Amino acid sequence: MNKEHTKVLVDPLVDNNPITLQVLGICSALAVTSQLSTALIMSLALTSVTAFSSAGIALIRNHVPGSIRIIAQMVIIASLVIVVDQMLKAFAYEISKQLSVFVGLIITNCIVMGRAEAYAMKNPPLESFLDGIGNGLGYSLILITVATVREVLGAGKLLGIDVLPLLKDGGWYVPNGLLLLPPSAFFLIGLLIWAVRTWKPQQVEKPDFAIVPAHGEAH
Amino acid sequence: MLNSNAGQPQALSALQPYIEKGRQYAERVLALSNDSFEKTLAVAFALCLVGAILVAGSAVALKPLQQINKSRDEKVNILEVAGLLDKDTNIDEAFRNIEPRIVDLATGDYVDTVDARSYDQWKAAKDPALSAAIPPEKDTANIRRKPNQAKVYLVKEAGQLKSLILPVNGYGLWSTMFGFIALEADAQTVVGMNLYDQAETPGLGGEVVNPKWKALWKGKKVYNFTGKELHESNLTEKGQAIEIGEVALGLVKGGVEPGKPGAEFQVDALAGATLTSRGVSNLVQYWMSKEGYGVYLAKIRTGKI
Repeated sequence: MNKEHTKVLVDPLVDNNPITLQVLGICSALAVTSQLSTALIMSLALTSVTAFSSAGIALIRNHVPGSIRIIAQMVIIASLVIVVDQMLKAFAYEISKQLSVFVGLIITNCIVMGRAEAYAMKNPPLESFLDGIGNGLGYSLILITVATVREVLGAGKLLGIDVLPLLKDGGWYVPNGLLLLPPSAFFLIGLLIWAVRTWKPQQVEKPDFAIVPAHGEAH
Repeated sequence: MLNSNAGQPQALSALQPYIEKGRQYAERVLALSNDSFEKTLAVAFALCLVGAILVAGSAVALKPLQQINKSRDEKVNILEVAGLLDKDTNIDEAFRNIEPRIVDLATGDYVDTVDARSYDQWKAAKDPALSAAIPPEKDTANIRRKPNQAKVYLVKEAGQLKSLILPVNGYGLWSTMFGFIALEADAQTVVGMNLYDQAETPGLGGEVVNPKWKALWKGKKVYNFTGKELHESNLTEKGQAIEIGEVALGLVKGGVEPGKPGAEFQVDALAGATLTSRGVSNLVQYWMSKEGYGVYLAKIRTGKI
């Protein structure tokens, strides 16, 4: 592994994280993070799709006609997503039922398309593959963090094993049902973005427009 | 790349000139400008071909495994509601005592002209030829259509009927819930209730899958025999109507007090899920009434079938 390889692999974890910095792929991050098990499988599915689609697109990047560039990328991505969906149905049936449409929706996940367009179209297959893995892992990191918080505080469990004894089962913990609902993932991702940008202030975006100072009385 | 080889079968060597031509064509196209019309078409075609082979290949290769998963999943749901599922149950072994039968809902009789193993009741409910629209005033479970024939499962032990497993569905708050109700051979006492397919609010209505709540159903009674709900048909030898019974089973808020009159018909409602609870009560009401399995169950109870 040379320096470039390490960089494309490690950079997307924190410094260039697809969720917290680029704010991509939020939709599925809301839907599949109420349990750690679904988040893990989703992470695995997305990482493999991003890696292999990036590698595939990089392989043919010099021969893709400009006019059908996006469609060509979509064909590769969509085929891989269907293969992953079929494999989940065959080997992880229970979890594929819980993930339902969200596996299919990887096709429209902005991270996959974003990496295809931004990196794989300009770089060789190996680097693109590693870049896909790196970005997939960056997505996974956030998903797993959010899912851990949601499952532990929302259901008192982790991977289905009791962690906090619930009041209704004779324990002391009253679960927070809000954490099992999709909006809570928004709050958690928001807090994570805040935390990361406090830790690394260089990630804070400059405002596009300055706010006009108030003048005179209200109209 | 395929090259000519002395050991190759006849068919392949006959194809050799075409393969060579294809290779030459590919080389020529790849050398073209990316934006030329011919290359655009060729690249699009080649990509689609590869994608199609990948998708079709995986779908065909994995189908047997997926079907095993699906039928296993269904069997697990059925065994669970019948209380036959333990950690070390051999599913296929346990399923040998369970016999699927088709029941005509209007007459309550078994139908043998339909293959019970392949019949799908919920698919039939969507087929105008095999189902009927439910008039809105009768559609308490909010399901719009019901199949003419239902697929019930008979659990037998040493040839004796031990329990009946009845598929049910009904609308909750967000979703149509699908499940099974299992009754003892008296067609009156509940063995279990399992709503295996639902999309109710997690943590609230979604608690219909909670094993502790499902356990509350065991031993409850379905019908209250008041002599009012009768079915007019030649069910008894003397041509009298037999009694279906009023469906009394339902969910109640505020907790069930055991020992109080009527407690045998009551199950605790789900906390914080009024509409899902109402949906569950409604689906029990609907499917146990004469619109659903009422006539069939009355016949079982009186030993007519």
